[in-house]
Amino acid sequence: MSSTPSLSTEQINVKQAEFKGKRELPSFVVGLLYLLPSILLFSVFLFYPMLRTLYLSFFLTDGQGVPITFVGFENFTYLLQSTSFQKSIKATILFVIYTVPVGVILALFLAVISNEKVKGIGFFRTMFSSTMGMSVAASSVIWMFMYNPAIGIFNKILVAIGGSETQWLLDPKYALLSVAVSTVWMNTGFAFLILLGGLQNIDEHLYENADIAGVSYWYKLRKITIPMLSPTLFFIITVSLINSFQTFGQIDILTKGGPVESTNVIVYSIYKEAFINYNVGSASAQATILFFCILIVTILQFKIGERKVHYQ
Amino acid sequence: MSITKKIVIYSLLILSFLIMMFPIFYALMISFMQGGEVLRGNIIPETLTLENYQSAFEKVPLIQYLWNSFYVSSVVMLGQIIVSSLAAFAFVFVSFKGREFIFFLFISTMMIPWEATMVPNFLTIQKLGWLNSYSSLTIPFFALAFGTFLLRQQFKTIPKELYEASQVAGISRFRFFWNVVLPVSKTSLITLGIYSFLTTWNMYLWPLLVTNNESVRTVQIGLKQLQSQEISTEWGVVMAAVVVVILPTLILLFLGQKRLQKGLTQGALK
Repeated sequence: MSSTPSLSTEQINVKQAEFKGKRELPSFVVGLLYLLPSILLFSVFLFYPMLRTLYLSFFLTDGQGVPITFVGFENFTYLLQSTSFQKSIKATILFVIYTVPVGVILALFLAVISNEKVKGIGFFRTMFSSTMGMSVAASSVIWMFMYNPAIGIFNKILVAIGGSETQWLLDPKYALLSVAVSTVWMNTGFAFLILLGGLQNIDEHLYENADIAGVSYWYKLRKITIPMLSPTLFFIITVSLINSFQTFGQIDILTKGGPVESTNVIVYSIYKEAFINYNVGSASAQATILFFCILIVTILQFKIGERKVHYQ
Repeated sequence: MSITKKIVIYSLLILSFLIMMFPIFYALMISFMQGGEVLRGNIIPETLTLENYQSAFEKVPLIQYLWNSFYVSSVVMLGQIIVSSLAAFAFVFVSFKGREFIFFLFISTMMIPWEATMVPNFLTIQKLGWLNSYSSLTIPFFALAFGTFLLRQQFKTIPKELYEASQVAGISRFRFFWNVVLPVSKTSLITLGIYSFLTTWNMYLWPLLVTNNESVRTVQIGLKQLQSQEISTEWGVVMAAVVVVILPTLILLFLGQKRLQKGLTQGALK
Protein backbone atom coordinates (compact mmCIF):
# COMPACT_ATOMS: atom_id res chain seq x y z
CA MET A 1 0.00 0.00 0.00
CA SER A 2 1.38 3.37 -0.93
CA SER A 3 1.54 6.31 1.42
CA THR A 4 -1.25 8.81 1.85
CA PRO A 5 -1.08 11.40 -0.90
CA SER A 6 -1.56 15.02 -0.14
CA LEU A 7 -4.01 16.71 -2.44
CA SER A 8 -2.33 20.06 -2.86
CA THR A 9 -3.75 22.35 -5.50
CA GLU A 10 -0.69 22.07 -7.74
CA GLN A 11 -1.02 18.34 -7.81
CA ILE A 12 -4.70 18.53 -8.55
CA ASN A 13 -3.99 20.81 -11.48
CA VAL A 14 -1.39 18.45 -12.83
CA LYS A 15 -3.73 15.50 -12.47
CA GLN A 16 -6.50 17.42 -14.14
CA ALA A 17 -4.31 18.04 -17.13
CA GLU A 18 -3.31 14.40 -17.30
CA PHE A 19 -6.80 13.02 -17.22
CA LYS A 20 -8.54 15.57 -19.39
CA GLY A 21 -10.48 14.07 -22.22
CA LYS A 22 -10.55 10.59 -20.74
CA ARG A 23 -14.01 9.10 -21.19
CA GLU A 24 -15.97 8.10 -18.07
CA LEU A 25 -17.75 4.78 -17.84
CA PRO A 26 -21.38 5.04 -16.76
CA SER A 27 -21.52 4.83 -12.97
CA PHE A 28 -23.75 1.78 -13.15
CA VAL A 29 -20.97 -0.17 -14.83
CA VAL A 30 -18.33 1.20 -12.49
CA GLY A 31 -20.39 0.29 -9.43
CA LEU A 32 -20.99 -3.21 -10.68
CA LEU A 33 -17.30 -3.65 -11.42
CA TYR A 34 -16.41 -2.93 -7.79
CA LEU A 35 -19.18 -5.21 -6.60
CA LEU A 36 -18.52 -7.94 -9.11
CA PRO A 37 -16.18 -10.11 -7.01
CA SER A 38 -18.63 -10.15 -4.11
CA ILE A 39 -21.67 -10.74 -6.30
CA LEU A 40 -19.94 -13.52 -8.17
CA LEU A 41 -18.77 -15.29 -5.03
CA PHE A 42 -22.09 -14.90 -3.27
CA SER A 43 -23.88 -16.26 -6.33
CA VAL A 44 -21.68 -19.32 -6.70
CA PHE A 45 -21.12 -20.21 -3.06
CA LEU A 46 -24.24 -18.93 -1.33
CA PHE A 47 -27.29 -18.13 -3.46
CA TYR A 48 -26.91 -20.96 -5.95
CA PRO A 49 -26.28 -23.66 -3.30
CA MET A 50 -29.15 -22.32 -1.18
CA LEU A 51 -31.54 -22.58 -4.12
CA ARG A 52 -30.07 -25.94 -4.99
CA THR A 53 -30.69 -27.13 -1.43
CA LEU A 54 -34.33 -26.02 -1.66
CA TYR A 55 -34.61 -27.77 -5.02
CA LEU A 56 -32.98 -31.02 -3.88
CA SER A 57 -35.23 -31.19 -0.85
CA PHE A 58 -38.07 -32.15 -3.23
CA PHE A 59 -36.16 -35.04 -4.78
CA LEU A 60 -34.88 -38.48 -4.13
CA THR A 61 -31.21 -38.40 -5.04
CA ASP A 62 -28.36 -40.80 -5.56
CA GLY A 63 -25.30 -40.77 -3.32
CA GLN A 64 -23.68 -38.10 -5.48
CA GLY A 65 -26.55 -35.70 -4.99
CA VAL A 66 -27.98 -36.14 -8.49
CA PRO A 67 -31.77 -35.82 -8.33
CA ILE A 68 -33.57 -38.97 -9.51
CA THR A 69 -37.29 -38.65 -8.82
CA PHE A 70 -39.41 -35.73 -7.82
CA VAL A 71 -41.19 -36.61 -4.59
CA GLY A 72 -42.84 -33.32 -3.63
CA PHE A 73 -43.01 -32.83 0.11
CA GLU A 74 -42.31 -36.47 0.83
CA ASN A 75 -38.86 -35.78 2.29
CA PHE A 76 -40.46 -33.35 4.71
CA THR A 77 -43.40 -35.53 5.71
CA TYR A 78 -41.03 -38.43 6.16
CA LEU A 79 -38.75 -36.31 8.35
CA LEU A 80 -41.54 -34.98 10.51
CA GLN A 81 -42.72 -38.51 11.16
CA SER A 82 -39.30 -39.98 11.85
CA THR A 83 -38.51 -40.31 15.53
CA SER A 84 -34.88 -39.71 14.75
CA PHE A 85 -35.57 -36.27 13.30
CA GLN A 86 -37.97 -35.43 16.10
CA LYS A 87 -35.18 -36.22 18.53
CA SER A 88 -32.86 -34.02 16.55
CA ILE A 89 -35.29 -31.08 16.68
CA LYS A 90 -35.79 -31.63 20.39
CA ALA A 91 -32.02 -31.73 20.97
CA THR A 92 -31.55 -28.54 18.95
CA ILE A 93 -34.24 -26.64 20.83
CA LEU A 94 -33.01 -27.85 24.21
CA PHE A 95 -29.49 -26.90 23.22
CA VAL A 96 -30.62 -23.38 22.32
CA ILE A 97 -32.45 -23.09 25.64
CA TYR A 98 -29.43 -24.35 27.57
CA THR A 99 -26.86 -22.15 25.88
CA VAL A 100 -28.36 -18.80 24.83
CA PRO A 101 -29.80 -17.30 28.05
CA VAL A 102 -26.96 -18.49 30.26
CA GLY A 103 -24.34 -17.47 27.72
CA VAL A 104 -25.70 -13.96 27.29
CA ILE A 105 -26.13 -13.42 31.04
CA LEU A 106 -22.63 -14.66 31.77
CA ALA A 107 -21.12 -12.43 29.08
CA LEU A 108 -23.16 -9.48 30.31
CA PHE A 109 -22.00 -10.06 33.87
CA LEU A 110 -18.37 -10.18 32.78
CA ALA A 111 -18.81 -7.08 30.62
CA VAL A 112 -20.41 -5.11 33.46
CA ILE A 113 -17.69 -5.93 35.97
CA SER A 114 -15.02 -5.23 33.32
CA ASN A 115 -16.48 -1.83 32.59
CA GLU A 116 -15.39 -0.53 35.99
CA LYS A 117 -12.40 1.74 35.86
CA VAL A 118 -10.02 0.02 38.24
CA LYS A 119 -6.31 -0.69 37.97
CA GLY A 120 -5.38 -3.67 35.83
CA ILE A 121 -8.77 -3.86 34.17
CA GLY A 122 -7.15 -4.19 30.72
CA PHE A 123 -5.68 -7.50 31.80
CA PHE A 124 -9.06 -8.88 32.86
CA ARG A 125 -10.70 -7.67 29.65
CA THR A 126 -8.12 -9.46 27.56
CA MET A 127 -8.47 -12.63 29.58
CA PHE A 128 -12.27 -12.66 29.42
CA SER A 129 -12.17 -12.27 25.66
CA SER A 130 -9.65 -15.08 25.25
CA THR A 131 -12.10 -17.82 24.32
CA MET A 132 -12.71 -15.92 21.11
CA GLY A 133 -9.23 -16.95 20.06
CA MET A 134 -9.87 -20.58 20.93
CA SER A 135 -11.00 -22.89 18.18
CA VAL A 136 -13.95 -25.19 18.64
CA ALA A 137 -11.68 -28.17 18.09
CA ALA A 138 -9.13 -27.17 20.73
CA SER A 139 -11.78 -26.15 23.25
CA SER A 140 -13.71 -29.36 22.75
CA VAL A 141 -10.61 -31.46 23.31
CA ILE A 142 -9.94 -29.66 26.61
CA TRP A 143 -13.51 -30.13 27.76
CA MET A 144 -13.44 -33.75 26.72
CA PHE A 145 -10.59 -34.23 29.13
CA MET A 146 -12.37 -32.36 31.89
CA TYR A 147 -15.39 -34.61 31.41
CA ASN A 148 -13.26 -37.76 31.47
CA PRO A 149 -14.94 -40.09 33.96
CA ALA A 150 -11.73 -41.45 35.46
CA ILE A 151 -9.28 -38.56 35.52
CA GLY A 152 -11.26 -35.43 34.60
CA ILE A 153 -11.64 -32.55 37.01
CA PHE A 154 -15.44 -32.73 37.23
CA ASN A 155 -15.54 -36.24 38.59
CA LYS A 156 -12.60 -35.49 40.88
CA ILE A 157 -14.59 -32.69 42.45
CA LEU A 158 -17.80 -34.71 42.48
CA VAL A 159 -16.15 -37.65 44.19
CA ALA A 160 -14.38 -35.36 46.66
CA ILE A 161 -17.70 -33.94 47.81
CA GLY A 162 -19.21 -37.39 48.10
CA GLY A 163 -20.91 -37.89 44.72
CA SER A 164 -20.43 -40.86 42.43
CA GLU A 165 -18.55 -40.95 39.14
CA THR A 166 -20.68 -39.67 36.29
CA GLN A 167 -20.39 -40.50 32.59
CA TRP A 168 -20.87 -36.91 31.51
CA LEU A 169 -20.72 -37.54 27.78
CA LEU A 170 -22.01 -41.11 27.65
CA ASP A 171 -25.12 -40.76 29.77
CA PRO A 172 -28.11 -39.55 27.71
CA LYS A 173 -29.28 -37.61 30.76
CA TYR A 174 -26.17 -35.42 30.91
CA ALA A 175 -24.58 -35.48 27.44
CA LEU A 176 -26.43 -32.55 25.88
CA LEU A 177 -26.14 -30.49 29.04
CA SER A 178 -22.41 -31.17 29.22
CA VAL A 179 -21.89 -30.10 25.61
CA ALA A 180 -23.99 -27.01 26.34
CA VAL A 181 -21.82 -26.03 29.31
CA SER A 182 -18.68 -26.27 27.21
CA THR A 183 -20.36 -24.27 24.44
CA VAL A 184 -21.32 -21.47 26.81
CA TRP A 185 -17.68 -21.21 27.78
CA MET A 186 -16.50 -21.22 24.14
CA ASN A 187 -18.92 -18.46 23.10
CA THR A 188 -18.37 -16.17 26.05
CA GLY A 189 -15.35 -14.39 24.61
CA PHE A 190 -17.14 -13.08 21.54
CA ALA A 191 -20.32 -12.03 23.37
CA PHE A 192 -18.23 -10.40 26.07
CA LEU A 193 -16.24 -8.39 23.56
CA ILE A 194 -19.35 -7.08 21.81
CA LEU A 195 -21.17 -6.26 25.05
CA LEU A 196 -18.14 -4.49 26.50
CA GLY A 197 -17.97 -2.40 23.33
CA GLY A 198 -21.64 -1.55 23.77
CA LEU A 199 -21.10 -0.54 27.39
CA GLN A 200 -18.20 1.71 26.50
CA ASN A 201 -20.34 3.50 23.93
CA ILE A 202 -22.80 4.66 26.58
CA ASP A 203 -22.51 8.38 27.23
CA GLU A 204 -20.51 9.08 30.42
CA HIS A 205 -22.69 12.11 31.22
CA LEU A 206 -25.66 9.89 31.97
CA TYR A 207 -23.72 8.29 34.81
CA GLU A 208 -22.33 11.60 36.00
CA ASN A 209 -25.83 13.05 36.24
CA ALA A 210 -27.01 9.93 38.03
CA ASP A 211 -24.15 10.26 40.50
CA ILE A 212 -25.11 13.85 41.19
CA ALA A 213 -28.67 12.71 41.82
CA GLY A 214 -27.15 10.14 44.16
CA VAL A 215 -28.95 7.04 42.90
CA SER A 216 -27.85 3.50 43.73
CA TYR A 217 -25.67 1.18 41.63
CA TRP A 218 -28.61 -1.11 40.87
CA TYR A 219 -30.79 1.79 39.85
CA LYS A 220 -28.13 2.92 37.38
CA LEU A 221 -27.77 -0.62 36.06
CA ARG A 222 -31.52 -0.98 35.51
CA LYS A 223 -32.35 2.52 34.31
CA ILE A 224 -29.26 3.51 32.33
CA THR A 225 -27.01 0.58 31.50
CA ILE A 226 -29.52 -2.03 30.39
CA PRO A 227 -31.78 0.31 28.33
CA MET A 228 -28.82 1.99 26.64
CA LEU A 229 -27.24 -1.37 25.98
CA SER A 230 -30.40 -2.88 24.55
CA PRO A 231 -29.43 -2.67 20.85
CA THR A 232 -26.15 -4.46 21.56
CA LEU A 233 -27.84 -6.92 23.86
CA PHE A 234 -30.43 -7.62 21.25
CA PHE A 235 -27.81 -8.12 18.58
CA ILE A 236 -25.87 -10.57 20.73
CA ILE A 237 -29.03 -12.54 21.58
CA THR A 238 -29.79 -12.95 17.88
CA VAL A 239 -26.24 -13.93 17.01
CA SER A 240 -26.14 -16.41 19.89
CA LEU A 241 -29.43 -17.93 18.76
CA ILE A 242 -28.18 -18.34 15.21
CA ASN A 243 -24.83 -19.73 16.38
CA SER A 244 -26.59 -22.16 18.64
CA PHE A 245 -28.66 -23.50 15.74
CA GLN A 246 -25.42 -24.01 13.81
CA THR A 247 -23.49 -25.98 16.42
CA PHE A 248 -21.34 -28.71 14.95
CA GLY A 249 -17.68 -28.97 16.03
CA GLN A 250 -18.16 -29.66 19.72
CA ILE A 251 -20.77 -32.34 18.93
CA ASP A 252 -18.46 -34.01 16.42
CA ILE A 253 -15.59 -34.16 18.90
CA LEU A 254 -17.38 -34.71 22.20
CA THR A 255 -20.30 -37.02 21.46
CA LYS A 256 -20.73 -37.70 17.72
CA GLY A 257 -24.45 -37.11 18.14
CA GLY A 258 -24.82 -39.84 20.75
CA PRO A 259 -25.61 -41.36 23.17
CA VAL A 260 -28.88 -42.63 21.65
CA GLU A 261 -29.03 -39.51 19.47
CA SER A 262 -29.48 -37.26 22.50
CA THR A 263 -27.00 -34.71 21.11
CA ASN A 264 -27.81 -35.15 17.43
CA VAL A 265 -28.48 -31.43 16.80
CA ILE A 266 -29.68 -30.38 13.38
CA VAL A 267 -26.38 -29.47 11.69
CA TYR A 268 -24.82 -32.70 12.88
CA SER A 269 -27.86 -34.54 11.61
CA ILE A 270 -27.52 -32.87 8.18
CA TYR A 271 -23.85 -33.76 8.09
CA LYS A 272 -24.50 -37.41 8.93
CA GLU A 273 -27.37 -37.70 6.49
CA ALA A 274 -25.39 -36.22 3.60
CA PHE A 275 -21.85 -37.40 4.15
CA ILE A 276 -22.26 -40.67 6.01
CA ASN A 277 -25.64 -42.02 4.84
CA TYR A 278 -25.40 -40.33 1.41
CA ASN A 279 -29.05 -39.35 1.62
CA VAL A 280 -28.80 -35.94 0.01
CA GLY A 281 -32.52 -35.39 -0.47
CA SER A 282 -33.27 -35.84 3.19
CA ALA A 283 -30.22 -33.78 4.20
CA SER A 284 -31.45 -30.99 1.92
CA ALA A 285 -34.90 -31.10 3.48
CA GLN A 286 -33.31 -30.75 6.92
CA ALA A 287 -31.12 -27.91 5.67
CA THR A 288 -34.24 -26.20 4.32
CA ILE A 289 -35.86 -26.44 7.74
CA LEU A 290 -32.71 -24.99 9.31
CA PHE A 291 -32.79 -22.16 6.78
CA PHE A 292 -36.37 -21.25 7.67
CA CYS A 293 -35.66 -21.40 11.41
CA ILE A 294 -32.83 -18.92 11.01
CA LEU A 295 -34.87 -16.79 8.63
CA ILE A 296 -37.59 -16.49 11.25
CA VAL A 297 -35.09 -15.52 13.93
CA THR A 298 -33.58 -12.87 11.67
CA ILE A 299 -36.94 -11.44 10.64
CA LEU A 300 -38.04 -11.32 14.26
CA GLN A 301 -34.86 -9.46 15.03
CA PHE A 302 -35.67 -6.79 12.46
CA LYS A 303 -39.31 -6.52 13.52
CA ILE A 304 -38.84 -6.47 17.28
CA GLY A 305 -35.57 -4.62 16.98
CA GLU A 306 -37.29 -1.69 15.31
CA ARG A 307 -40.06 -1.40 17.88
CA LYS A 308 -38.85 -2.42 21.28
CA VAL A 309 -35.22 -1.63 21.45
CA HIS A 310 -34.10 1.72 22.72
CA TYR A 311 -31.66 3.30 20.30
CA GLN A 312 -29.51 6.21 21.22
CA MET B 1 -14.88 4.75 44.28
CA SER B 2 -15.32 3.44 47.80
CA ILE B 3 -13.01 0.80 49.22
CA THR B 4 -15.86 -1.68 49.69
CA LYS B 5 -16.91 -1.35 46.09
CA LYS B 6 -13.32 -1.81 44.96
CA ILE B 7 -13.00 -4.98 47.02
CA VAL B 8 -16.25 -6.36 45.60
CA ILE B 9 -15.23 -5.56 42.03
CA TYR B 10 -11.79 -7.11 42.40
CA SER B 11 -13.17 -10.25 44.06
CA LEU B 12 -15.69 -10.71 41.25
CA LEU B 13 -13.02 -10.08 38.62
CA ILE B 14 -10.54 -12.50 40.16
CA LEU B 15 -13.14 -15.19 40.76
CA SER B 16 -14.40 -14.92 37.17
CA PHE B 17 -10.84 -14.94 35.91
CA LEU B 18 -10.06 -18.15 37.79
CA ILE B 19 -13.16 -19.93 36.52
CA MET B 20 -12.97 -18.70 32.92
CA MET B 21 -9.26 -19.35 32.51
CA PHE B 22 -9.21 -22.70 34.26
CA PRO B 23 -9.70 -24.86 31.13
CA ILE B 24 -6.82 -23.15 29.33
CA PHE B 25 -4.60 -23.30 32.40
CA TYR B 26 -5.49 -26.97 32.89
CA ALA B 27 -4.61 -27.80 29.29
CA LEU B 28 -1.28 -26.02 29.65
CA MET B 29 -0.45 -27.92 32.86
CA ILE B 30 -1.39 -31.30 31.38
CA SER B 31 0.80 -30.60 28.37
CA PHE B 32 3.84 -30.49 30.66
CA MET B 33 3.04 -33.71 32.53
CA GLN B 34 4.28 -37.24 32.16
CA GLY B 35 1.73 -39.94 31.37
CA GLY B 36 1.48 -41.36 34.90
CA GLU B 37 0.81 -37.99 36.45
CA VAL B 38 -2.06 -37.31 34.07
CA LEU B 39 -3.67 -40.63 35.02
CA ARG B 40 -3.33 -39.83 38.72
CA GLY B 41 -5.36 -36.73 38.05
CA ASN B 42 -2.82 -34.11 39.11
CA ILE B 43 -3.45 -30.49 38.30
CA ILE B 44 0.04 -29.09 38.77
CA PRO B 45 2.87 -31.11 37.19
CA GLU B 46 5.58 -32.37 39.53
CA THR B 47 8.25 -31.89 36.92
CA LEU B 48 8.01 -29.93 33.72
CA THR B 49 8.68 -31.99 30.65
CA LEU B 50 8.60 -30.95 27.01
CA GLU B 51 8.44 -34.55 25.76
CA ASN B 52 4.75 -34.22 24.97
CA TYR B 53 5.45 -31.41 22.55
CA GLN B 54 8.11 -33.44 20.86
CA SER B 55 5.82 -36.45 20.43
CA ALA B 56 2.94 -34.30 19.23
CA PHE B 57 5.12 -33.07 16.38
CA GLU B 58 6.27 -36.62 15.66
CA LYS B 59 2.89 -38.35 15.73
CA VAL B 60 1.16 -36.09 13.23
CA PRO B 61 2.72 -33.76 10.68
CA LEU B 62 1.91 -30.79 12.88
CA ILE B 63 4.34 -28.45 11.10
CA GLN B 64 2.65 -29.15 7.78
CA TYR B 65 -0.80 -28.60 9.33
CA LEU B 66 0.30 -25.37 11.00
CA TRP B 67 1.68 -24.12 7.71
CA ASN B 68 -1.55 -25.07 5.91
CA SER B 69 -3.65 -23.24 8.47
CA PHE B 70 -1.36 -20.23 8.36
CA TYR B 71 -1.39 -20.11 4.57
CA VAL B 72 -5.15 -20.59 4.26
CA SER B 73 -5.91 -18.02 6.98
CA SER B 74 -3.59 -15.45 5.41
CA VAL B 75 -5.04 -15.91 1.95
CA VAL B 76 -8.63 -15.66 3.21
CA MET B 77 -7.66 -12.58 5.20
CA LEU B 78 -6.24 -10.86 2.13
CA GLY B 79 -9.11 -12.03 -0.04
CA GLN B 80 -11.74 -10.77 2.37
CA ILE B 81 -10.01 -7.42 2.77
CA ILE B 82 -9.76 -6.88 -0.99
CA VAL B 83 -13.23 -8.10 -1.95
CA SER B 84 -14.97 -6.38 0.98
CA SER B 85 -13.21 -3.07 0.51
CA LEU B 86 -14.04 -2.99 -3.21
CA ALA B 87 -17.70 -3.62 -2.43
CA ALA B 88 -17.77 -1.12 0.43
CA PHE B 89 -16.21 1.51 -1.83
CA ALA B 90 -19.01 1.08 -4.36
CA PHE B 91 -21.63 1.36 -1.64
CA VAL B 92 -20.20 4.64 -0.40
CA PHE B 93 -18.67 6.43 -3.38
CA VAL B 94 -20.36 5.15 -6.54
CA SER B 95 -24.04 5.96 -6.67
CA PHE B 96 -26.00 4.17 -9.35
CA LYS B 97 -29.45 2.83 -9.94
CA GLY B 98 -30.03 -0.51 -8.25
CA ARG B 99 -27.46 0.03 -5.53
CA GLU B 100 -30.11 -0.24 -2.85
CA PHE B 101 -31.18 -3.58 -4.24
CA ILE B 102 -27.65 -4.93 -4.23
CA PHE B 103 -27.20 -3.69 -0.70
CA PHE B 104 -30.30 -5.60 0.29
CA LEU B 105 -28.82 -8.66 -1.41
CA PHE B 106 -25.74 -8.30 0.80
CA ILE B 107 -27.90 -8.08 3.92
CA SER B 108 -29.83 -11.16 2.85
CA THR B 109 -26.62 -13.22 2.73
CA MET B 110 -26.50 -12.89 6.50
CA MET B 111 -29.77 -14.80 6.75
CA ILE B 112 -28.45 -17.86 4.96
CA PRO B 113 -26.81 -20.28 7.36
CA TRP B 114 -23.68 -21.53 5.73
CA GLU B 115 -24.48 -25.08 6.85
CA ALA B 116 -27.66 -25.09 4.78
CA THR B 117 -25.56 -24.69 1.65
CA MET B 118 -22.77 -27.11 2.43
CA VAL B 119 -24.02 -30.10 0.45
CA PRO B 120 -24.30 -28.32 -2.92
CA ASN B 121 -21.11 -26.43 -2.13
CA PHE B 122 -19.32 -29.68 -1.55
CA LEU B 123 -20.62 -30.98 -4.90
CA THR B 124 -19.49 -27.78 -6.64
CA ILE B 125 -16.01 -28.08 -5.16
CA GLN B 126 -15.91 -31.71 -6.24
CA LYS B 127 -16.90 -30.80 -9.79
CA LEU B 128 -14.27 -28.07 -9.93
CA GLY B 129 -11.71 -30.65 -8.83
CA TRP B 130 -10.83 -28.55 -5.80
CA LEU B 131 -11.03 -31.28 -3.15
CA ASN B 132 -7.78 -31.39 -1.19
CA SER B 133 -6.63 -28.07 -2.54
CA TYR B 134 -6.07 -24.67 -1.00
CA SER B 135 -8.65 -23.19 -3.39
CA SER B 136 -11.53 -25.00 -1.73
CA LEU B 137 -10.45 -23.68 1.67
CA THR B 138 -10.00 -20.08 0.59
CA ILE B 139 -11.92 -18.82 -2.45
CA PRO B 140 -15.48 -19.60 -1.24
CA PHE B 141 -14.90 -17.36 1.78
CA PHE B 142 -13.58 -14.22 0.08
CA ALA B 143 -16.92 -12.41 -0.02
CA LEU B 144 -18.08 -11.34 3.42
CA ALA B 145 -21.12 -9.19 4.12
CA PHE B 146 -19.96 -8.39 7.63
CA GLY B 147 -16.61 -7.16 6.32
CA THR B 148 -18.32 -5.03 3.72
CA PHE B 149 -20.57 -3.40 6.33
CA LEU B 150 -17.66 -2.81 8.67
CA LEU B 151 -15.62 -1.05 5.97
CA ARG B 152 -18.64 0.81 4.65
CA GLN B 153 -19.04 2.39 8.09
CA GLN B 154 -15.41 3.46 7.99
CA PHE B 155 -15.50 4.75 4.39
CA LYS B 156 -18.55 6.86 5.22
CA THR B 157 -16.41 8.90 7.60
CA ILE B 158 -14.21 10.06 4.72
CA PRO B 159 -15.41 13.55 3.75
CA LYS B 160 -17.35 13.62 0.51
CA GLU B 161 -15.56 16.86 -0.39
CA LEU B 162 -12.33 14.95 -0.65
CA TYR B 163 -13.92 12.66 -3.18
CA GLU B 164 -15.46 15.52 -5.13
CA ALA B 165 -12.14 17.33 -5.18
CA SER B 166 -10.42 14.30 -6.57
CA GLN B 167 -13.13 13.97 -9.21
CA VAL B 168 -12.68 17.57 -10.22
CA ALA B 169 -8.96 16.95 -10.40
CA GLY B 170 -9.65 14.08 -12.73
CA ILE B 171 -8.15 11.44 -10.49
CA SER B 172 -9.62 8.11 -11.42
CA ARG B 173 -11.95 6.42 -8.98
CA PHE B 174 -9.67 3.50 -8.56
CA ARG B 175 -6.69 5.72 -7.71
CA PHE B 176 -8.81 7.53 -5.16
CA PHE B 177 -9.77 4.15 -3.71
CA TRP B 178 -6.21 2.89 -3.66
CA ASN B 179 -4.31 6.03 -2.68
CA VAL B 180 -6.78 7.76 -0.38
CA VAL B 181 -9.54 5.50 0.90
CA LEU B 182 -7.45 2.43 1.77
CA PRO B 183 -4.59 4.24 3.54
CA VAL B 184 -6.89 6.33 5.75
CA SER B 185 -8.88 3.23 6.65
CA LYS B 186 -5.88 1.25 7.80
CA THR B 187 -7.27 0.65 11.30
CA SER B 188 -10.51 -0.84 10.06
CA LEU B 189 -8.67 -2.97 7.53
CA ILE B 190 -6.47 -4.36 10.29
CA THR B 191 -9.51 -5.05 12.46
CA LEU B 192 -11.16 -6.95 9.64
CA GLY B 193 -7.88 -8.75 9.02
CA ILE B 194 -7.64 -9.96 12.61
CA TYR B 195 -11.26 -11.10 12.51
CA SER B 196 -10.75 -12.94 9.21
CA PHE B 197 -7.59 -14.64 10.35
CA LEU B 198 -9.11 -15.78 13.65
CA THR B 199 -12.29 -17.16 12.13
CA THR B 200 -10.49 -18.93 9.30
CA TRP B 201 -7.84 -20.44 11.55
CA ASN B 202 -10.62 -21.81 13.75
CA MET B 203 -12.83 -23.14 10.95
CA TYR B 204 -13.80 -26.75 11.47
CA LEU B 205 -16.68 -28.22 9.47
CA TRP B 206 -15.66 -27.15 5.97
CA PRO B 207 -12.01 -28.28 6.19
CA LEU B 208 -13.31 -31.56 7.59
CA LEU B 209 -15.39 -32.03 4.43
CA VAL B 210 -12.96 -30.98 1.73
CA THR B 211 -9.62 -32.31 2.98
CA ASN B 212 -8.73 -35.92 3.50
CA ASN B 213 -4.99 -36.00 3.26
CA GLU B 214 -2.04 -34.32 4.89
CA SER B 215 -1.11 -31.98 2.06
CA VAL B 216 -3.71 -29.28 2.76
CA ARG B 217 -5.40 -30.43 5.97
CA THR B 218 -5.61 -27.66 8.56
CA VAL B 219 -4.39 -27.88 12.10
CA GLN B 220 -7.91 -28.10 13.57
CA ILE B 221 -8.58 -31.31 11.69
CA GLY B 222 -5.10 -32.49 12.61
CA LEU B 223 -6.05 -31.99 16.23
CA LYS B 224 -9.15 -34.10 15.84
CA GLN B 225 -7.07 -36.77 14.13
CA LEU B 226 -4.51 -36.79 16.94
CA GLN B 227 -7.22 -36.81 19.58
CA SER B 228 -9.00 -39.81 18.10
CA GLN B 229 -5.69 -41.69 17.78
CA GLU B 230 -4.32 -40.99 21.23
CA ILE B 231 -7.43 -40.60 23.25
CA SER B 232 -7.12 -42.94 26.21
CA THR B 233 -3.40 -43.13 26.54
CA GLU B 234 -1.57 -39.93 25.90
CA TRP B 235 -3.52 -36.92 27.05
CA GLY B 236 -0.30 -35.02 27.58
CA VAL B 237 0.54 -35.24 23.88
CA VAL B 238 -2.97 -34.20 22.86
CA MET B 239 -2.85 -31.20 25.19
CA ALA B 240 0.55 -30.20 23.85
CA ALA B 241 -1.01 -30.10 20.39
CA VAL B 242 -3.94 -28.08 21.77
CA VAL B 243 -1.51 -25.51 23.16
CA VAL B 244 0.33 -25.30 19.85
CA VAL B 245 -2.95 -24.80 17.99
CA ILE B 246 -4.36 -22.08 20.24
CA LEU B 247 -1.15 -20.13 20.75
CA PRO B 248 -1.10 -18.19 17.46
CA THR B 249 -4.72 -17.06 17.70
CA LEU B 250 -4.48 -16.24 21.39
CA ILE B 251 -1.46 -14.03 20.75
CA LEU B 252 -3.24 -12.36 17.85
CA LEU B 253 -6.32 -11.82 20.01
CA PHE B 254 -4.31 -10.39 22.90
CA LEU B 255 -2.59 -7.95 20.56
CA GLY B 256 -5.72 -6.93 18.73
CA GLN B 257 -8.39 -7.22 21.41
CA LYS B 258 -9.08 -3.48 21.72
CA ARG B 259 -9.32 -2.94 17.99
CA LEU B 260 -11.41 -6.01 17.48
CA GLN B 261 -13.83 -4.94 20.15
CA LYS B 262 -14.23 -1.52 18.58
CA GLY B 263 -14.57 -2.89 15.08
CA LEU B 264 -17.03 -5.61 15.96
CA THR B 265 -19.25 -3.19 17.83
CA GLN B 266 -19.14 -0.82 14.87
CA GLY B 267 -19.98 -3.49 12.36
CA ALA B 268 -22.69 -4.95 14.54
CA LEU B 269 -24.60 -1.74 15.13
CA LYS B 270 -24.91 0.38 12.08
